Amino acid sequence: MSEAGSPSLTQTLLYLDGVSVSFDGYKALRSLSLVLLPGEMRAIIGPNGAGKTTMMDVITGKTRPDEGEVMFDGRHDLTKLDEAEIATLGVGRKFQKPTVFENHTVEDNLLLATKAPRSVRATLFGREDSETLQTINAILATTRLTDHRARIAGSLSHGQKQWLEIGMLLAQDPKLLLVDEPVAGMTDSETAATADLLREIARDHSVIVVEHDMHFVRELGVKVTCLHEGAVLAEGTLDQVSADPRVVEVYLGR
Amino acid sequence: MSARLDHLGLGFVAILIVAAILVPLLSLVVSPDSAFYLPPYLVQLLGKYLCYAILAVALDLVWGYCGILSLGHGAFFALGGYAMGMYLMRQIGTRGVYANPILPDFMVFLNWKELPVAWWGFNWFPYAMLMVVLVPGLLALAFGWFAFRSRVTGVYLSIITQAMTFALFKEFFRNDFGFGGNNGLTDFKDLLGFSLQAASTKAALFSASAIALILAYAVSRAIIGSKYGKALMAVRDAESRMRFIGYRVENYKLFAFVVSAIIAGIAGALYVPQVGIINPSEFAPANSIEAAIWVAVGGRGTLIGAAIGAIAVNFAKTYFTGAFPEYWLYGLGLLFVLGTLFLPKGLLGLALRGSEPKPREVVSVDAVEEGAEP
Repeated sequence: MSEAGSPSLTQTLLYLDGVSVSFDGYKALRSLSLVLLPGEMRAIIGPNGAGKTTMMDVITGKTRPDEGEVMFDGRHDLTKLDEAEIATLGVGRKFQKPTVFENHTVEDNLLLATKAPRSVRATLFGREDSETLQTINAILATTRLTDHRARIAGSLSHGQKQWLEIGMLLAQDPKLLLVDEPVAGMTDSETAATADLLREIARDHSVIVVEHDMHFVRELGVKVTCLHEGAVLAEGTLDQVSADPRVVEVYLGR
Repeated sequence: MSARLDHLGLGFVAILIVAAILVPLLSLVVSPDSAFYLPPYLVQLLGKYLCYAILAVALDLVWGYCGILSLGHGAFFALGGYAMGMYLMRQIGTRGVYANPILPDFMVFLNWKELPVAWWGFNWFPYAMLMVVLVPGLLALAFGWFAFRSRVTGVYLSIITQAMTFALFKEFFRNDFGFGGNNGLTDFKDLLGFSLQAASTKAALFSASAIALILAYAVSRAIIGSKYGKALMAVRDAESRMRFIGYRVENYKLFAFVVSAIIAGIAGALYVPQVGIINPSEFAPANSIEAAIWVAVGGRGTLIGAAIGAIAVNFAKTYFTGAFPEYWLYGLGLLFVLGTLFLPKGLLGLALRGSEPKPREVVSVDAVEEGAEP
């Protein structure tokens, strides 16, 4: 990694260069490049099959790229680490389908996510300190789940589960949050509230949001990257991107 | 859910404590003419049930709380049993048929001149007890290390645990392997100097089994109640999610698997002096499957349910194999099918149902989750 010391790399939080992934000959990502600065919130749009989820999989270590570089914080080569190591470095992920621990209480969901030693010994003999409890209380308030803390997460509504999952990400306190379609299946008021929540989170975290819902992306008001067939098609403000004739063709031409 | 379960758990422990005191009294102090007299064979039978209950608790720890349906737990039970059997064999000494002070009878019969290295030290009780926990524990560690790192899960993991116990089953059958082959180890005389034929030894072994069951429950309950336990259940429900939060899932599984194997080994060690024999049939794949049925019938993910299931099914087995021997296997199969269909939470689910504040919700969520990912 000869250019590891170059300024362009050290200033970025996430640096993807020429990343390609193929599954049985199908190219999910074709030489994808993307740079995210610390504190930045970015929206990723693109039609189905554009490679949005595969990109998330590469960043979080679920999928190893065939070629290309993925650097985090200028130092860590994510292609050499597994999911747990990457998560420990400070990359959190929210899935498209809300995945909370359905048989655990809301509070326990947050407890498991809270930044703390993850070893078997630490969880077997450790005690929860008051700091952890305060963090959990604060997150319960942010995500409007304080009244539901003792409920089994499986009994929450769809929107509440989405928020709980975002709350779990907050508890992890990652440097980078990957959020996959956070408003899918939400009502309009829930969508607006989620946009508020994400903007609040973006104040002290870097965030990548993958979303189909253009109203929501407009509400976020951040830089947009449009993916198509595994590569970046356009990048800029939402107005610039949606004015790009190639983007129009991709979205409307089929 | 868990508060109610803990109350039942306390009741369960109380019953075991009473049994550990009462059974020896009824067997040793009460006159044989009395209606309350417990003959030694019955004490031995009850002790055997308790050993099965310990095995069931061990299996429930990994199956009920971590989703690892091990169909090879009989192997850990049998290995613990063999370690105890080897100690008992060396205690026979010159009282064997061939009166060899060092070599057990089967070795003399095979014309062996020296004691194999694997048998060294087994005349010393503490060493044998160390092996009771070490051998199953190390096997589980090695097996689990490979299996969990390779992310083998679900039914594939169940199949390779079956293969593991089957491989040991075949290996222990061989005379050359050095553990008595097909006949296994038997004709035991005494344990720590106490004759295994004596009613008092049988009563003591029963009480020891009851205490071991209490300890197995207490240790498992403490593990489940810690943050580790919450993480373990989260691994069961959403494994990849736990990885993305930063947990080393394979280490979580490995720890539970090793603890469970050690508990199973202890159960086997208590079982062997009570039944008086250990042979390769204890490794038979069917034994491990039967243990899974006990847990399912009693109620997985409850610990005490597993123990109750083991005792209830084995009681039924003892009765039915006596009364209608040819129908027992059909009965066992039927029990499993009906239990899965109508009692997703087992016998214990039945006990918990009446008292739950909102049982439907919890039970149905569990049933769907568990059904989807065995």
